[in-house]
Amino acid sequence: MSLFVDIEKSFGDFCLKVQFNTQKEVFSLLGASGCGKSLSLKCIAGIEKPDRGRILLDDKVLFDSEKHINLPPGKRGVGYLFQSYALFPNMNVYKNLREGLKDKKQIEKIYEMLEKFGIEDCKDKFPRQLSGGQKQRVALARILLNEPDVLLLDEPFSALDSHIRFKLEQNLRKVLSSLNKSVILVSHDRDEVFRLSQTIAIMGRGSIDCIGKKEDVFKRPLTKNAAILTGCKNISPVEKVDEHRLFAKDWGITLFVDAIPKDTNYIGVRMHYIKDAALETSGDAENIFDAELTEEIENPFSYTLMLKPKGTGCLTNIGWELGKDSRKGLDDSNLKIEIPKEAILFLK
Amino acid sequence: MDWYPLLNSIRISLISTGIVFFVGIFLAYYLAKLPRVLKGVFDTILTLPLVLPPTVIGYLILRLLGPKHLIGAWVYDVFGFKMTMTWWSAIFSTLVIIFPLMYRTARAAFESFDKDLAYAGKTLGMSNTRIFWKIMLPCCKQGILAGIVLSFARALGEYGATSMVAGYTPGRTATISTTVYQLWRNNDNVGAMKWVIINIVISAAIMLIINLLEKRDKKPKPAADYS
Repeated sequence: MSLFVDIEKSFGDFCLKVQFNTQKEVFSLLGASGCGKSLSLKCIAGIEKPDRGRILLDDKVLFDSEKHINLPPGKRGVGYLFQSYALFPNMNVYKNLREGLKDKKQIEKIYEMLEKFGIEDCKDKFPRQLSGGQKQRVALARILLNEPDVLLLDEPFSALDSHIRFKLEQNLRKVLSSLNKSVILVSHDRDEVFRLSQTIAIMGRGSIDCIGKKEDVFKRPLTKNAAILTGCKNISPVEKVDEHRLFAKDWGITLFVDAIPKDTNYIGVRMHYIKDAALETSGDAENIFDAELTEEIENPFSYTLMLKPKGTGCLTNIGWELGKDSRKGLDDSNLKIEIPKEAILFLK
Repeated sequence: MDWYPLLNSIRISLISTGIVFFVGIFLAYYLAKLPRVLKGVFDTILTLPLVLPPTVIGYLILRLLGPKHLIGAWVYDVFGFKMTMTWWSAIFSTLVIIFPLMYRTARAAFESFDKDLAYAGKTLGMSNTRIFWKIMLPCCKQGILAGIVLSFARALGEYGATSMVAGYTPGRTATISTTVYQLWRNNDNVGAMKWVIINIVISAAIMLIINLLEKRDKKPKPAADYS
């Protein structure tokens, strides 16, 4: 099952323009609220109509603006998991599942699904009596009974308490791997996107910034937006000094690098890649700075230290994340940090 | 005691409410799909009777259905009877007056309906008709029921347009409200009070039912996630 999407839609100021191709894998759209990821899903499902473009599922044309083809949602073979799960409140779980059942005569499939998701005791309950986790499982079961060709998941965990998400994610991972179909997951949570998908497309204000295998996108985000969405918090606009040096304007420091890619307007350094320079004994590390501690933030299992490089016009502090044991060994009056060259992200 | 006014009022109110139930829901459902400007225009026209004086409405109905005018004249020529000054003439005036109540309540109920439920139904292959009868109406049940009861209550109390269109003929076109007016004019305070009390009791009962229907809307808290 391959899905080809190339669509455009305008709403006043906002313009959605996306193009991507997915195979039998979990493909994620990662982006901030309002970037158009849910809208893209709705266009694929046929709930919203793009102004222009084409959507193809294998050879079947779901939408083609030039040929005036616009299949209704029921004929697209698309399963859509809504953020709120959209269980019909006036029907109990059994009846909800029955509405999803493709061939109404195969009632035994409903019971198989109840068992598969571990919700047999919910059969006669109404949605308002279910917990968030149970609702999600019922909603998924209902979709799978409909035998869709492609599965669209719209922020499947955002309505759940955080302590429940991990277990449900595991369940979802098992379900998805046994499905053997295209899945498109939309979320603003980078951790769940990383854990669940193979390919990630980063979205910003209506368009896709970059697409790639998840390891590549996280290791080498290409744009400032991609860096922010993949969790990089230290970002500064830069000015090129020469072939091997960049001046980070927000931090007031100059960094040595091996090569500077074209169009580099920003750099990013992930908080946990910053090193304690006191531990650096080889003597040939560059990018070592004396720093002043401006704020110490204690997290449940780590510390985040906000630092200002000494003797510079620093506008934004640099964040350094380190374990609690490492923190104990620091001399606050004599802090020296190293920004390793390999940790520097070059961003457009 | 002559119970005709009570029976007549109830009969007129039930029929008007019944008509307005179907027409109101039908229009509320289909007008919601129109483009914004057209929807606004229709909305204004259909809600107008809410703010027009009942006598204005009565006058307009007479100009339409009176035996010398437009529709009324045609009916009189072809079928030989008058459309006004009968007990069922009051149905026309009442349904115009109560229509905006049913329409707006149905509209509000449909608008507060979670559209994701309809979308979910569509992606699962349900037809629009099935979605309307099996999901939308049952979910909007509370609001629509409240609309029906409100319309019925208002129909029961209609006076201005009804007195113009149906007149007051004891035993033939009298309603509770026109009877009270006549009794007052003839200084029959005891008679008037009897009907006033009957009307208050019925209205109070109806308002109680509306309150109970609205309270049932509160959702119980869902179960907590522990597993």
